[in-house]
Amino acid sequence: MPDRGEYGATAIGLHWLAAALIVANLALGLYMVDLSLSPAKLRYYSWHKWAGVTIFLLSALRLLWRLSHRAPALPDSMPTWQRAAAHASHHLLYLLFFAVPLTGWLFSSAAGFQTVYFGVVPIPDLLDKNKELADVLKLVHRSLTYGLAALVVLHAAAAIKHHVVDNDDVLARMLPFLKPRS
Amino acid sequence: MIARLLAAAAAALVLALPAAAQAPQKVVAEKSHIRFAFKQMNVPVEGRFRKFDATVAFDPRKPEATKAEFEVDLASIDLGNPEGETEARRKPWLNVEAFPRAKFVAASVKATGPGRYEATGPLSIKGTSLTITAPFTLADAGGMRTVEGQFPLKRLQFRIGDGPWSDTETVADEVTVRFKFVIPSTP
Repeated sequence: MPDRGEYGATAIGLHWLAAALIVANLALGLYMVDLSLSPAKLRYYSWHKWAGVTIFLLSALRLLWRLSHRAPALPDSMPTWQRAAAHASHHLLYLLFFAVPLTGWLFSSAAGFQTVYFGVVPIPDLLDKNKELADVLKLVHRSLTYGLAALVVLHAAAAIKHHVVDNDDVLARMLPFLKPRS
Repeated sequence: MIARLLAAAAAALVLALPAAAQAPQKVVAEKSHIRFAFKQMNVPVEGRFRKFDATVAFDPRKPEATKAEFEVDLASIDLGNPEGETEARRKPWLNVEAFPRAKFVAASVKATGPGRYEATGPLSIKGTSLTITAPFTLADAGGMRTVEGQFPLKRLQFRIGDGPWSDTETVADEVTVRFKFVIPSTP
């Protein structure tokens, strides 16, 4: 098998850290919105925002890392349409890694709640309190989040398909323990 | 003769009275406000009361003769968020059904500097009455008198936010009340 390079430990670590945070924050977001108002709900909303800011920062770090480190090439066996789909979905994933936290922050500002990272670092409000705008941004944030959730599912399903159906190393290079011992 | 003199003196006194003690004035509601600010998960949050009533008889030359009463319609709370407003009207918070109005009576007012005063008196919210002191400034312009100031209060002293809400890690105990009242100033 020709050497196509591997992901480094940093890229792998950042990928799984971001993955865990994104999945957890999706679940928290879905859970918290239907709760009736309570101190717990206020805490969950704050945690959700803090996690969102963290995901945004982590994504910026990953993007910089990705731009300065070459990612391993896709397997030669992949048909052109799959390569195109892989590239498109990765671009879209990165776009949403930024767009979802950004719209969440804008929504929060328009709803009249500043985001204070970990209750310590106030993030300036770009928007003033505005109910109509808040309603629109809430819808945008939610729609983009559903889009991100769908892409995450597609991404994971494709990775599993590579491993199980195509028998290539696409999943294994992000999950090193899957690699066959040589 | 003496009786007529006495009557004249009495009449003069009566006539002089309104000039000495200023007639009570209603505040101009649309130019006045009662706002409050607190921290929720360390995030500054502001709100206001849409409806309130105030009657003020104030003479800057005789601040100690002030008579002022302020009443706030607590159900008119505006947090810019209907979920929060509904919760604030409920029993654990303001319990507006049982205690629809908050009241402050300026029992004493004293000058603390040029254009600066301090009002002290009982503030009653949700069945609890506590003495507070509110510093304020005063400015006269165009036949209108503007009174502006703020004071801190601890919400839990008035049992505002009972039960699970008494956790001050989520909603801080300290609330800053900011007020501005515009009153027609009689010459």
